[in-house]
Amino acid sequence: MDYLLIQMLNGVQLGLLMFLLAAGLTLTFGIMDLVNLAHGSLYMMGAYLAWTLIGWTDSFVLGAILALPATFLLGVAVEAVVMRRLYARDHLDQVLATFGLILFFNELVRAVWGPAGKSIAVPAFLSYTVEILPGVLYPAYRFAIIVVGILVALLLAWLVAHTRLGMLIRAGASNRRMIAALGVNIELLFSLVFGLGAVFAGLAGLMAAPISSVKIGMGDDILILALVIIVIGGIGSIKGAFVAAMVVGQIDIVGRAFLPDFLKTFMAPAAASSAAPAISQVLVYVLMAGVLVWRPTGLFGQRT
Amino acid sequence: MSHRLPTVHEMAAAIILLARASRMIEWLSSPRTIVAAILVLLLAVLPLLTQAFDQRYLLSIGTRIVIWSIAAISLNMILGYGGLVSFGHAVFFGIGGYAVGILSASGLQSGWLQWPVAIAASVLWAALVGALSLRTRGVYFIMITLAFAQLVYYVSAGLEAYGADDGLNISRSRFPGLIDLRDKASFYWLCFVLLLGTLWFCSRFANSRFGFVIRGAKSNDQRMMALGFPVFRYRLAAFTLSGAFGGLAGILLANEGAYVSPAMMSWVKSGDLIVIVVLGGMGTLFGPLYGTIAFFVLEESLKPLLDLVHKGWGEYWQIVFGPMLVLIALYAKGGIDSLLGPRHEGRRHD
Repeated sequence: MDYLLIQMLNGVQLGLLMFLLAAGLTLTFGIMDLVNLAHGSLYMMGAYLAWTLIGWTDSFVLGAILALPATFLLGVAVEAVVMRRLYARDHLDQVLATFGLILFFNELVRAVWGPAGKSIAVPAFLSYTVEILPGVLYPAYRFAIIVVGILVALLLAWLVAHTRLGMLIRAGASNRRMIAALGVNIELLFSLVFGLGAVFAGLAGLMAAPISSVKIGMGDDILILALVIIVIGGIGSIKGAFVAAMVVGQIDIVGRAFLPDFLKTFMAPAAASSAAPAISQVLVYVLMAGVLVWRPTGLFGQRT
Repeated sequence: MSHRLPTVHEMAAAIILLARASRMIEWLSSPRTIVAAILVLLLAVLPLLTQAFDQRYLLSIGTRIVIWSIAAISLNMILGYGGLVSFGHAVFFGIGGYAVGILSASGLQSGWLQWPVAIAASVLWAALVGALSLRTRGVYFIMITLAFAQLVYYVSAGLEAYGADDGLNISRSRFPGLIDLRDKASFYWLCFVLLLGTLWFCSRFANSRFGFVIRGAKSNDQRMMALGFPVFRYRLAAFTLSGAFGGLAGILLANEGAYVSPAMMSWVKSGDLIVIVVLGGMGTLFGPLYGTIAFFVLEESLKPLLDLVHKGWGEYWQIVFGPMLVLIALYAKGGIDSLLGPRHEGRRHD
């Protein structure tokens, strides 16, 4: 039972990280109608920038806090140089151009930081375990990720539902031309939204860094999962992204944790332990296929 | 002098003949035809050239170009002519390849068995994925094709019995008494003949009623449906055909390196295939071939070029290649094919 609880918490933690990534993606999809495959690169850049800044400042918190505006600036720059020219293009051009950006960022990282992965140590003030239930220990750092993730999700919900920026975002998602016609500076809005998405992606990247490692292409695999999440949740829907991220997080982690034992009942142990991650990944895609067959625009997507 | 004046009928026949001949000459002398003809001729004699100049390495690149062209042509059928952005086409490299690999590892070496099974597997998978994904459109279609490709990728990476992540060394398909695939030149020519077959099929497809329905649905699928065409079924048929040729490319790729691995169908390869089709010219017959050649030439030449600028930079050629893709997406709409002059196909509506 304890093991199950810990794995479920790990699932929540992974789900929140993926939500941070998916939130930015779904906003740019919903508002700018932009397929941004390079969103995973911002996740990676967030982690690498944090690694460098933590090295300079010698403090995890300071480095992490400095890395956020850095990824914001990077996002705004990418938006101004490339993305802005893509909004009016068809999805194929967007896929092509952002695919080019992925290659660029992956190689840039290899040239600047070298081919070997980096690691960020868990900050000292969080490297202990919390007793969440009597006898159940959980690493404080992972717990902190859950807390930060929930806070950011709440912040985002508040931002979208109760602020002027959020009002413009929602208006932009439903009718871009109309809010431009009403005199809203749509270019500035798009820049801000893209920068915001970059910050969330960077935050997810740097928070994930101490758990996994900081390496080239780290954003690509999780990006595909984030894409699956926003497709399940419905493109443009923050709520959908949150629900889908939680479900996918549970499937991924719980599948990885429990499938091997289940498979071992009828498979060779070695084969079972290598098949389990594959099967839990497959389950995620089967879920997506099922949702799309049932509702072709996702759980919370607008019907067209 | 008993010259008879030609009758009106005879004069008309002569004029029509002349007009046909001049159109034929115009077609033969158009840059598009000449370039394509020279290219096909060059590809036909490539093994002789590489042997004469003792450049074996070039033959292996040539073989890969021919195989990738087959895959690119098959993607072009749905992406170029049909406007369906499938972001998972490399999965057919994997399915075709793994079908050969798994049969080979099980001791079934005959190509007469392996190849039909591999094609059948590709067709089945394409039909299944098409039936599900063609219900969606736009971004959803891009993502669902990508996701299905990832699914197969993860399954192959979990196949412990067949090498999992590391892949699987296989022995090449056997066609006893017919052809020895271990011989590089024979294998190249086999691939080349299959490329010609694929080109022929694609040209028949593009100019058939079936092809026109697919192309019509690209410009306006509502209109095609209003005209009474079951667009979904047509698209599913095209998607399945495209998968069959993609599987063929996978079979060849597995035989080229005598090796299959999940990396064959990573999503980056699917991206590369899209790049190739767009770079060469979407919805054109020879575009995918030009695109593949340009892609491989860029890859092989950017490295030494960058090394010339500064020793060691060649390794990072994708720093240059990535922004080139961005520029291609932004500014090079018609691809290489459009450099050869306008196409005579009437007005386009996209």
